[in-house]
Amino acid sequence: MNQPLLVTATQKAGPKLSLAIGAVVLLVLVALPLLSLLPDGHALQVSAYTLTLVGKILCYAIVALALDLVWGYAGLLSLGHGLFFALGGYAMGMYLMREAAGDGLPAFMSFLSWSELPWYWAGTQHFAWAMCLVVLAPGLLALVFGYFAFRSRIKGVYFSIMTQALTFAGMLLFFRNETGFGGNNGFTNFRTLLGFDITAQGTRAVLFLLTVALLVASLYLGWRLARSKFGRVLTALRDAENRLMFCGYDPRGFKLFIWVLSAVLCGLAGALYVPQVGIINPSEMSPTNSIEAAVWVALGGRGTLIGPLLGAGLVNGMKSWFTVAFPEFWLFFLGALFILVTLYLPKGVVGLLKKRGEQ
Amino acid sequence: MPKALYRLLLSLCLLLPLAAHASEAEYFAAAKPNDQARLLQEWAAQPDPARLALLTSLQQGRISPDDNRKLRLNNRLRGLVDNALASHQLLSGDPATRLQAAQQLQKTAQPAQVAFLDRQYATEKDDSVHAALGLALANLQLAAAEPSVRLAAVRLLGETGDPMARTRLEALLDPAVESDAGVRTAAETSLAQVKRKLLVGEILGQAFSGLSLGSILLLAALGLAITFGLLGVINMAHGEMLMLGAYTTYVVQIMVQRYAPGALEFYPLLALPVAFAVSAGVGMALERTVIRHLYGRPLETLLATWGISLILIQAIRLVFGAQNVEVANPAWLSGGIQVLPNLVLPWSRIVIIGFALFVVLLTWLLLNRTRLGLNVRAVTQNRNMAACCGVPTGRVDMLAFGLGSGIAGLGGVALSQIGNVGPDLGQSYIIDSFLVVVLGGVGQLAGSLWAAFGLGIANKLLEPQIGAVLGKILILALIILFIQKRPQGLFALKGRVID
Repeated sequence: MNQPLLVTATQKAGPKLSLAIGAVVLLVLVALPLLSLLPDGHALQVSAYTLTLVGKILCYAIVALALDLVWGYAGLLSLGHGLFFALGGYAMGMYLMREAAGDGLPAFMSFLSWSELPWYWAGTQHFAWAMCLVVLAPGLLALVFGYFAFRSRIKGVYFSIMTQALTFAGMLLFFRNETGFGGNNGFTNFRTLLGFDITAQGTRAVLFLLTVALLVASLYLGWRLARSKFGRVLTALRDAENRLMFCGYDPRGFKLFIWVLSAVLCGLAGALYVPQVGIINPSEMSPTNSIEAAVWVALGGRGTLIGPLLGAGLVNGMKSWFTVAFPEFWLFFLGALFILVTLYLPKGVVGLLKKRGEQ
Repeated sequence: MPKALYRLLLSLCLLLPLAAHASEAEYFAAAKPNDQARLLQEWAAQPDPARLALLTSLQQGRISPDDNRKLRLNNRLRGLVDNALASHQLLSGDPATRLQAAQQLQKTAQPAQVAFLDRQYATEKDDSVHAALGLALANLQLAAAEPSVRLAAVRLLGETGDPMARTRLEALLDPAVESDAGVRTAAETSLAQVKRKLLVGEILGQAFSGLSLGSILLLAALGLAITFGLLGVINMAHGEMLMLGAYTTYVVQIMVQRYAPGALEFYPLLALPVAFAVSAGVGMALERTVIRHLYGRPLETLLATWGISLILIQAIRLVFGAQNVEVANPAWLSGGIQVLPNLVLPWSRIVIIGFALFVVLLTWLLLNRTRLGLNVRAVTQNRNMAACCGVPTGRVDMLAFGLGSGIAGLGGVALSQIGNVGPDLGQSYIIDSFLVVVLGGVGQLAGSLWAAFGLGIANKLLEPQIGAVLGKILILALIILFIQKRPQGLFALKGRVID
């Protein structure tokens, strides 16, 4: 893979066709929230359920994109991206809880008969500081973990296992009531966001549009990065780290930058996810969730940027259908997907499409 | 009490009309709870061997051995029955029964029993029963009228490591309870002694459960380390091999129950080879069908094996249900050795530690003394060179994978004896066993051994100090820092191969 598949595909298909497809998809995504604003009973009205579901999947798609940046380009398979996602979500949740509680303490703290907020809750009543936390919490954690991991050149499966242990530890920590994040139940019962009713159709539509905007922005960012010299160095790092080092590059900085960027993107996605879905709890950090994100990327195609979005949409769409139709068989299907994709679709759906295009 | 007198008493009671005792039972059954309590206290203070049968059946909730009527006793009465029974059992001829009775009396004896206990203490010949009775007596003497008796009792209590003695001594520190200053100071010294002994017991207990956790981790990580060293891939379905082993034990237990109930005591021994075969078979099938096709792509292998583990878990859930299944301990694995008053080492855990070490020894022999082991070590060190020298690498991979999975299956049998058996059983051990591999290095038995026991003990020692969760996080942080220093684990293979 000399250059990103997206670039190759764009060149092959001609800019017109891909632009046309992209524009149509974007148009549909922008139209969805607007259609949801139509009055009840209108033939074209999009239900709140559908809008939430698609919004949720879009947030997952951002996670998939972020994972693709580190796995597809830098070759670092993270099994702990759920942690960053949840941290962003919790930061947003702190603000929403404060908003819902007014001047008092959030309800779960009253149940624990706490009299004052723990220090790390300071300032979370301000939206701006909460937004800073959304970026800082996952960013700093990724920075510290990444610094130590890359310094001692942990890579490959070692790196994957350490990230998995990290998110597992995070989950255990947040499950405790004493940690101050609502324990098992996490945060829920949100009321308002910046004064707007969180269940109102208008608020939902705006949140949805913001998610679409973040997705497009991160796709553009990823595309620019992949085309830049930085992206080429990352690819080289993935394919032959030792040779790159002999050429005089220090891989640590490159890895650390993309790693932190990816974590921050996940945090932002989590922050948009929480108000739309209305709940955040520690199970978001379970290793199962993070590893599921890896299969979105693998199914769509690694190192293609557009593939992971496709993968996230496919798997999650399938999941919401399966868990209603055949709840017992979803895990069989997911398991089989893991095996079949790795065995027969090493380049994912995008790779398949590309091969079809070449023939 | 001299044996002759005891015999005399016994024969006397045999002569007594049985109806008299039957009526005592009837009287007790008809009495109100408060009167029943008074009766039991009287009986405890003045034991009569003839009443032994009555009390034994009372303890089982019946009025007399041949009467099947149920008797409902509340908790307080049940405690009093135990106490009165223990009082009567002190008259038994068997030292073991007397010892048990004396230990029961340490917990429950009432002030009215002092005179009786004093008599028994004076005549008791067996050393351990004598000591136990002394303690039971000392507990009661704490309330004696003369300060000198209380002082002696306090000093005696200081020499035990009994958790009950601590609460009793703590109460004495209050001037409102204990008026004599000398006794209070003695109580303070004794309390410090008792606390020290209790601490020793606690730490030993934690270290022991750490060893036991470590031996399970060892069985789980051993196979993981072998296959990781050999193929460079991590088998995420490895935890499910533990689960398969545990479920095999369950099935074997049911089979034995159905077809050979006489041999039920020894079903875990039968389960060992079956579990090894099942797990090894599944492992080899995995290697043949999936992992073989992903060579050179370790990250993809990780994902594919995760998929396999999902399928295995869900399959078990469909077949056996999502609830935990019941695996019973055979009699020879239940119970334990009382080492200190607050430290009991359960037999099941002792056997498992021994078993884990035995498996390590077997694996070491297999790797270092057999042709297969030689091949495994050769492929681990340099796959291409080994292949050039005629080592059938494909076959070696498959067999080593089967061996690793089989060991995990054995671990599952061990785990089924001390923990719950449910579909998620493997998941809870897999991350810890990965950490063992990371810490211990690959393809090194010694590394796995030290890492498993080290992690197990560190986990259990940290748990009560800072909580299980913070302990786990601290250990993770320590491992990350440790890898800074030695990226290849505790015991690294020396080699010149670079990717």
